Amino acid sequence: MINFLNAYGFLIVSMLFGAVLGLSVYLPLMAGQLSLATPGFYALGGYIAAILSTQVFKFTGTIFPFPFLVLELIITALVSAVLAIALGIPVLRLRGIYLAISTIAFVEILRVLALNLEITGGAVGIFGIPQPFATSLEYLWVAIPLLILSMVLLYRLEKIKAGRAFSAIREDELAADSMGINPTYYKALSFTLGAILAGLVGTISAHFLNTWNARQGTFDSSIIYLAFVLIGGSRTFWGPVLGGIILTALPEVLRGMGGISSLPLWFAQFLRDGRLIIFGVLLVLGSIFYPQGLITPEFLNKIARKNPFRGILNKQSIKG
Amino acid sequence: MSSSTVQPILEVQGLTRYFGGLLAVDQVSFTVQEQEIFGLIGPNGAGKTTLFNLITGLIPPSKGSLIYQNYPITQLKPYQIAEKGIARTFQNLRLFGNLSALENVAIARHIHNKSNLISGILGLPQAVQIEQKNYEKARELLAIFGLADRVEQKARNFAYGDQRRLEIARALALEPKVLLLDEPAAGMNPSEKKELSDLIRQIARQFQLTVILIEHHVPLVMGLCDHIAVLDFGKLIALGEPEIVRNNPAVIEAYLGDE
Repeated sequence: MINFLNAYGFLIVSMLFGAVLGLSVYLPLMAGQLSLATPGFYALGGYIAAILSTQVFKFTGTIFPFPFLVLELIITALVSAVLAIALGIPVLRLRGIYLAISTIAFVEILRVLALNLEITGGAVGIFGIPQPFATSLEYLWVAIPLLILSMVLLYRLEKIKAGRAFSAIREDELAADSMGINPTYYKALSFTLGAILAGLVGTISAHFLNTWNARQGTFDSSIIYLAFVLIGGSRTFWGPVLGGIILTALPEVLRGMGGISSLPLWFAQFLRDGRLIIFGVLLVLGSIFYPQGLITPEFLNKIARKNPFRGILNKQSIKG
Repeated sequence: MSSSTVQPILEVQGLTRYFGGLLAVDQVSFTVQEQEIFGLIGPNGAGKTTLFNLITGLIPPSKGSLIYQNYPITQLKPYQIAEKGIARTFQNLRLFGNLSALENVAIARHIHNKSNLISGILGLPQAVQIEQKNYEKARELLAIFGLADRVEQKARNFAYGDQRRLEIARALALEPKVLLLDEPAAGMNPSEKKELSDLIRQIARQFQLTVILIEHHVPLVMGLCDHIAVLDFGKLIALGEPEIVRNNPAVIEAYLGDE
């Protein structure tokens, strides 16, 4: 077990990060806003961590002090929130595909800036970012709390006024407006919460990956994070969590399967080298056969009904 | 209802709206009194729904002004007008289709839900209590409209007439002073229409509402309304009590053509 965990520590932590990034795309979608800005804030968070830990914070020894990491997370959350509000208020006036395009533009602008600024290390990026933990697996100490806190946030949001305002805007923005809901405020709120989650993952990832450059958080990742939500399901927060976990693991699992010696050589080779092709095919099949995503509210209800602890669950989810 | 203490609640003054070269609403002025039922009629394309959209801020007027309780609301956004106490329904039903009837009504209690974001996310007892009260109120409203047994059903799965009633329930959840109903009886059969008109009268009294309604069914309007305004090609061609409007030659001409 220990061996397994050590061998796959990197992947396990990445899967949890994937889940949080999925939630970061899901948050604006709760209010019906298709934003692809997640990688931008992810990259931003990473650069904040990389710059602070290599140039600003002074410490002795090889292990990066944990309180500094916490401080970085707080700074990232604040910077992401301010930038998200400043960006969100004008950009969220756009709808549907136009919003998606303008958020891609934002991601590109950040990428080009990172590529050309001195402070971000230009095309080379920033190297030797200090590690707060000795092994990859130990990053679970921050990854698990981050995922749990994000899930609690989403779970509660779906039950309160703000979450209902999100779903009203997603269903019919004009009607929501006529019901006294300020669409600009709630759209900006969902966008900002999503941006903060992405920034936090970026901050931890910079340490986790040891290096940070302009190839982090590009347009490609926009599409992959969106796939987390589309494949997992976009009507309950369990969808992006599951989607993020599965789709982060999938290429690595395929690579691992390619290493199984009993498979015919050509098949093993296809699994290993063609894993991105298989990934793509699975995305297409998933969206054909599960257009609502793997996890839907109806599916969750069905599980809840079969659950022997139903009484307890119901008590929590009671509405009035 | 309108006679003894006559208090204007909504004043429409020279309201005008162009769509490109088309004059959709042309210099319309009238006053709606507190707690009356005010009918807005006219042939198709006369500008009735445009007028509703102007009053609720969905589209800004080209000219003219709107005074609500002596307060200008011309420049306000739809959600601000809703906060002031003007609620509406839509001609083509704009329910939140994928949400349950209960959620549709609970959402519309937004402005009366005083819980804040942080205490809501933390699930503090006080916030949970506010949410529960909110749902209780929503259930009460649904009961008035005879929908109490189907609160968990998705709005889009309701029968057409029930969707219309659900939309009125949702508008009432705002606890408005003025309720704008855009063709509430559209698509209903005569007995449903009769029921609906009784229901409108009942809720107007119970909640001390001022109701402004657009309706094509002339007997319903004549029986229900205290005052009626008639629009034709964006212009106000008649205004007054039902009896007077009914015999106005311009109205007869607009509806029947001049021969």
